[in-house]
Amino acid sequence: MIGRLALAVATVGVAVVPFLGRDYYATLMLPFFGYGIALLGLNLLFGYTGLLSFGHALFVALGAYTAAYMTSAFGILHFEVILLVSALAALVIGVPIGLLCVRYVKIYFGMLTLAFGMLFYSFLYKFYHLTGGDEGMRVLRPKLLGQSFPTLDKVEFLIGPFYFYALVLLAVATVVMWRIVRSPFGLCLRSIRENPNKAEYVGVSVRRYRFYAFLLAGVFGAVGGTILVVPTGLADPLLAYWTHSGNLVFMLVLGGFANFFGPILGAFVFIFLQDSVMSLTQYWRFIFGAILAVVVIFFPRGLMSLLDPRARAGA
Amino acid sequence: MALLEAKNIRKFYGDFCALDGVSLSVAAGEFVSIIGPNGAGKTTLVNVLTGLATPTTGTVRFKGEEVAGIGPVRLARRGMARSFQLVNIFPGLTAGETIAVAVLSRLGRGRRLWASLARDAEVAASVRDVAELFGLSDKLSRPARTLPQGDKKLLDVASAFALGPEIILLDEPTSGVSTRDKHLIMEVLVGAAKRIGIKAILQVEHDMDIVFGYSDRIVALHQGRVLADTTPAGIRADAQVIATVVGKPLS
Repeated sequence: MIGRLALAVATVGVAVVPFLGRDYYATLMLPFFGYGIALLGLNLLFGYTGLLSFGHALFVALGAYTAAYMTSAFGILHFEVILLVSALAALVIGVPIGLLCVRYVKIYFGMLTLAFGMLFYSFLYKFYHLTGGDEGMRVLRPKLLGQSFPTLDKVEFLIGPFYFYALVLLAVATVVMWRIVRSPFGLCLRSIRENPNKAEYVGVSVRRYRFYAFLLAGVFGAVGGTILVVPTGLADPLLAYWTHSGNLVFMLVLGGFANFFGPILGAFVFIFLQDSVMSLTQYWRFIFGAILAVVVIFFPRGLMSLLDPRARAGA
Repeated sequence: MALLEAKNIRKFYGDFCALDGVSLSVAAGEFVSIIGPNGAGKTTLVNVLTGLATPTTGTVRFKGEEVAGIGPVRLARRGMARSFQLVNIFPGLTAGETIAVAVLSRLGRGRRLWASLARDAEVAASVRDVAELFGLSDKLSRPARTLPQGDKKLLDVASAFALGPEIILLDEPTSGVSTRDKHLIMEVLVGAAKRIGIKAILQVEHDMDIVFGYSDRIVALHQGRVLADTTPAGIRADAQVIATVVGKPLS
C-alpha cells in the first residue's frame, strides 16, 4: 500500500515538473524517460536473468539512428511509426547477436556484448556516407499522434507535448515490464538466474529463454534510444560507445537491480547527479567513480534499498 | 517393454573408462537401485541416462526412443525427471515458486509473457498438491535458501516430481540427511510417486538400509561394469558382491 502511494506521488511529481516554471529541469527529465525505458530492458537481462550486458548501448544507438533515418532520410515524422520501426530493428539486429551471445554466460557474455557494441560503434563512425560518421545524423522534430505542433518552439515542444508523450511511454513500458516479470515467463527467467542447471532439469530451455530476454531487452533499449535523441536532435556514434554501455550499467547498480523500480531510480539520480557534478568540476568522472565505489561497498542493492526494506533484505 | 533401457554403454573420459559395457533396464512398476563403491560409475551412469553426458558407445532408449545426449530439457518433456546428490534448488525463489517452475514446464505455460502467474488457479492448485505430498504446504512462501536441509532436499525432489514424470532418477536422495530423517524422506518419496502416478524409480544410493528396504531390483556396479543385476535377496546371497560393493556383512 505504501509502495503504491509512493509510486503515485512520484508519478504526479514527475507530471507537474513542466508546470514549475523551471524549463531546464523539465528538459533534464527527457533523457530520464529514455534511459528509464532502456534500463527496464537491461534489468530484465541482468536483474531477472543474470546476464550482464556491456553492450546495451548498441540497442540505444540503434533506436536513435532509426529515428534519425526515419525523419532525416525518409521524411517519416510519425513518432508511433518510428517507435515501431525501432522495435523491429532491435529484433532484426538482436536475433543474430542474441543467438550467439546467449551461448555464453558471465564475463564471456559481457565481453561478447561489448564487442558487438563496439562493432556497431565502428560502423557508425566509419561508414560516413551511411551514418554521417563522427558528425552523426540529424533527428527532426517528430509528429506525436499525428500532430506537429507548428506554433510551439523547440523548448515548448519538448517540455510540453513531448514531455507527456515520453512520460506516458515510460509508464506504459513500466506496466508492460511489470506484467512480464510477474508472468510465468518472468518466473522461468528468475529460475535461470538462480540456478540454470536446475532450471534445465525442470524443463526450462535455458538458452531459449535467455535469447527471448535478450530480444526484449533490445526492444526496450531501442525504444529508449528513440526517445533519447529527440531533445538533442542528433544521433551520434558515441551513443554506441562502450562508455555509454558503462553508464547504463552504472545507473542499474546505482538504483539497484534487485528491485523492479531500482533502474528507474538509478536513471533519475544519474541524470541529475551528472548535471550537478558536471556544473561543479571538469573531473566529474572521477567523482562518479567514487560514488559508484561507495554505492557498491555500502549499498550493494542500490539506492532503492534505502527506500524499500524488501530490496534491503534481498527479496 | 522396458520403460528405460541402456545397452552396452561405454563412457570414456580421455583414456579413463568410467563405464565399460553397462546394460540396464527399468520396467514400469519397478524400484531399481544402483549400488557400488566410490568410483564405480554410478553417477556417470545416471548422467548418461538423463542426457547430461553422451555415451562414447551404446544406446539409451526411453519408451522405445533413443534419448542418449538429447539433454535434460527434452528428457523432462518426454517424462523423465532427476534429482541430484547435492541439494539443487533455486536459492532466491520461494518454495512455492520452485515447484511452480516445474508445474509451468509440465503444463507448457513457461513462455507466457502476458499471463499473470498469481491468477493461474491451475498452477496454484498443482503447487499446493505437490507441496502437500512433501509436507511443504506451510513453507510455500519461504525462500528456498532459508529452509532446513531436510526440507531443501524434499523441495529439490518435489520440483522433479512436479514435472509429473513417468520415471524419476534419484541420485542419493537421502544424502546429507540425518539418519532419523532418511526413512521419513523415503516414505514421502514412495508415497508421492504412487499418488502422482510415477511408473518407475531408479535411484543411486549408498545407504544399504534404504537400498534393501525399498528396491525391487538392485544393480551392483564395480569399476564401470555390472557386477550383479538381481533382487535384494539375490544380492544378499552373493558373498562376492557383498564383499566388493558393500565391504562388510549386511545387518
